[in-house]
Amino acid sequence: MKIHEYQGKEIFRRYGIAVPLGIAVTTPDEAKAAAEKLLAETGQALVVVKSQIHAGGRGKGEVHKGATVVSRGVEVCKGGADAARDAAWRMLGGKLVTIQTDPGGQLVRTVFVEQGINIARELYLGMLVDRDTRRVVVMASAEGGMDIEHVAATTPEKILKVWVDPTAGLMAYQSRELGFGLGLTKDQVGKFVSLVGALYKLFVAEDCSLVEVNPLIVTGDGNVMALDAKITFDDNADFRHKEWEELRDPGEEDATELEAKKAGLSYVSLDGNIGCLVNGAGLAMATMDIIAHCGGTPANFLDVGGGATEEAVTKAFSIILRSPAVKGIFVNIFGGIMKCDVIAQGVINATKTLGLKVPLVVRLEGTNVEEGRRLLAESGLAITPASTMLDGAQKISDLVNGQK
Amino acid sequence: MAILVDGNTRLVVQGITGKFGSFHAKQMLAYGTKVVGGVTPGGGGTTFEGSVPVFNTVSDAVRQSGANASVIFVPPPGAADAILEAADAGVSLIVCITEGIPVMDMVKVRRTLEHRLNKDLRLIGPNCPGVITPGLCKIGIMPGHIHKVGPIGVVSRSGTLTYEAVGQLTALGIGQSTCVGIGGDPVNGMDFIDVLRLFNDDPQTEGVIMIGEIGGGAEERAAEWVKDNMKKPVAGFIAGTTAPPGKRMGHAGAVISGGKGRAIDKMEAFEAAGIRVAPTPAQMAETLRGMMRA
Repeated sequence: MKIHEYQGKEIFRRYGIAVPLGIAVTTPDEAKAAAEKLLAETGQALVVVKSQIHAGGRGKGEVHKGATVVSRGVEVCKGGADAARDAAWRMLGGKLVTIQTDPGGQLVRTVFVEQGINIARELYLGMLVDRDTRRVVVMASAEGGMDIEHVAATTPEKILKVWVDPTAGLMAYQSRELGFGLGLTKDQVGKFVSLVGALYKLFVAEDCSLVEVNPLIVTGDGNVMALDAKITFDDNADFRHKEWEELRDPGEEDATELEAKKAGLSYVSLDGNIGCLVNGAGLAMATMDIIAHCGGTPANFLDVGGGATEEAVTKAFSIILRSPAVKGIFVNIFGGIMKCDVIAQGVINATKTLGLKVPLVVRLEGTNVEEGRRLLAESGLAITPASTMLDGAQKISDLVNGQK
Repeated sequence: MAILVDGNTRLVVQGITGKFGSFHAKQMLAYGTKVVGGVTPGGGGTTFEGSVPVFNTVSDAVRQSGANASVIFVPPPGAADAILEAADAGVSLIVCITEGIPVMDMVKVRRTLEHRLNKDLRLIGPNCPGVITPGLCKIGIMPGHIHKVGPIGVVSRSGTLTYEAVGQLTALGIGQSTCVGIGGDPVNGMDFIDVLRLFNDDPQTEGVIMIGEIGGGAEERAAEWVKDNMKKPVAGFIAGTTAPPGKRMGHAGAVISGGKGRAIDKMEAFEAAGIRVAPTPAQMAETLRGMMRA
């Protein structure tokens, strides 16, 4: 689960990590008021207005309104509070397109008005679970502000790394190694060490799967400060973080994916036109692959899981039926714990309400397969049975392609 | 011979009175697995299905029933605790079925068990279907009836795709020595190499099907190992060729990030190591059979 920069900075502040003063707003007038407050408090001449979306690359991104590019994703406003209001007016309601968003961009519904900071150096700091070493890795680079994946791909030696033993936690010497490696002065290293230590505590206590500060900056007066905050939480730990519900922004998530998640389904929207209903993540991916192999294009990844109920299967099939992009459906089930009759009943329930207007190919295998096939046969639905997943994928691809 | 589990495996089921645990405990009993005990804190002194004694702690179960393996159906909040409890109680094999354990919990578990894993203790999973030696012992949630005794080892990150491979083998009349689901989480117990090493040394195993998926670098490392060490034919498949980057495809570990973990790179690593990649997931058994006839 991702959160916005302004929410991440609020959490940073709780852990004693230095961040600029800032106020999140949703209207141009609020942006003006926020800027007036910040300008008065800091005595500075400028503020920064930053679009809040769940994707990186905002600084270089462009805000589109219709066919026109109206603004950058982040703007420095030197003309006082009125300039901040104008910047917010341009961003809000626009679609911000960055290297990390879809080509259509992401709707800007909140902007963060922030105190301007005098930057002496831009650095990168990141933490994530490294699956190869099975530990948290702390990464730092002097190439701050850049696309770090590009740095990692082209000049990996410019990324310094230390790995944390979870028993001991992040040790000060490890952070010192990073700090001196970045070329910080003795005084700056001291501040860097406490910031990285606080960030590791945050990472563990808040169950993060990724934390990035890009850029981490050295200010003109020698302070070390987080100018950005990107936090991704480990969804598996949601049972011990009730507070995440309040941080969740449904507007940033795919509505269908969210609906599926609530029903205990794992769903990802794709660009194609063949809806897939499968049990198990590996088989679901393999089903997408085999459809592509047969000349079709999958409309989604959908794993109903191992122990889905009839209601969940009904929900899953309804989601597929309702999708306007779907021109055909492939049900591919290898029932282990998942019983084939439960799948069949779910399919029948969903079609009763929504009807079946596209070709449906069903491949059932495993537990209670006879009962499942019987239910489908007696349902009167126009179903094309398949003997194997290859047979099924070929049939649905041909049926859909033949319709064009 | 087979690997990891056989007729001498004595199993304790952690979470035996839960909905999931009790259902699968019955299935395992029906398959013929020696389920010698169950653990439910507070349930000690009762019996499950009239024959399996239930204990309060894994340690009690090991002492009183002679269990040497444990399977865990404990929900995510208590799963890491359950793994370490089993490890401390002295079983030599832990199979963790639980899906959805926080990754930092598994980081701590790995660190705690680091000096023991693949020495006197093996951990399979979490988020896996388990391990089965057909005809002798089924630990986990796989449908037992699709298996058949024979010479092929199967190792996989994905549950249902394992069943798919087994179903294909059995349909061709080819049985399996042992099938191991290592699970779809980013931090887990045994990885591909740990299992391949055992298959390599197992006289019953004549060939192996290895099923990977997008995310991480475990398949690439396994391919390197196969190239240098494996004496038996290996056929493989990687799920997720069509998966978009940055999206978690069901499994916590199945995500392409930072340009790493793509299916195409893994397939190339397989081919370079002499592992023949099935052209489609429907042809895994056929691909291995082709190699073994050659």
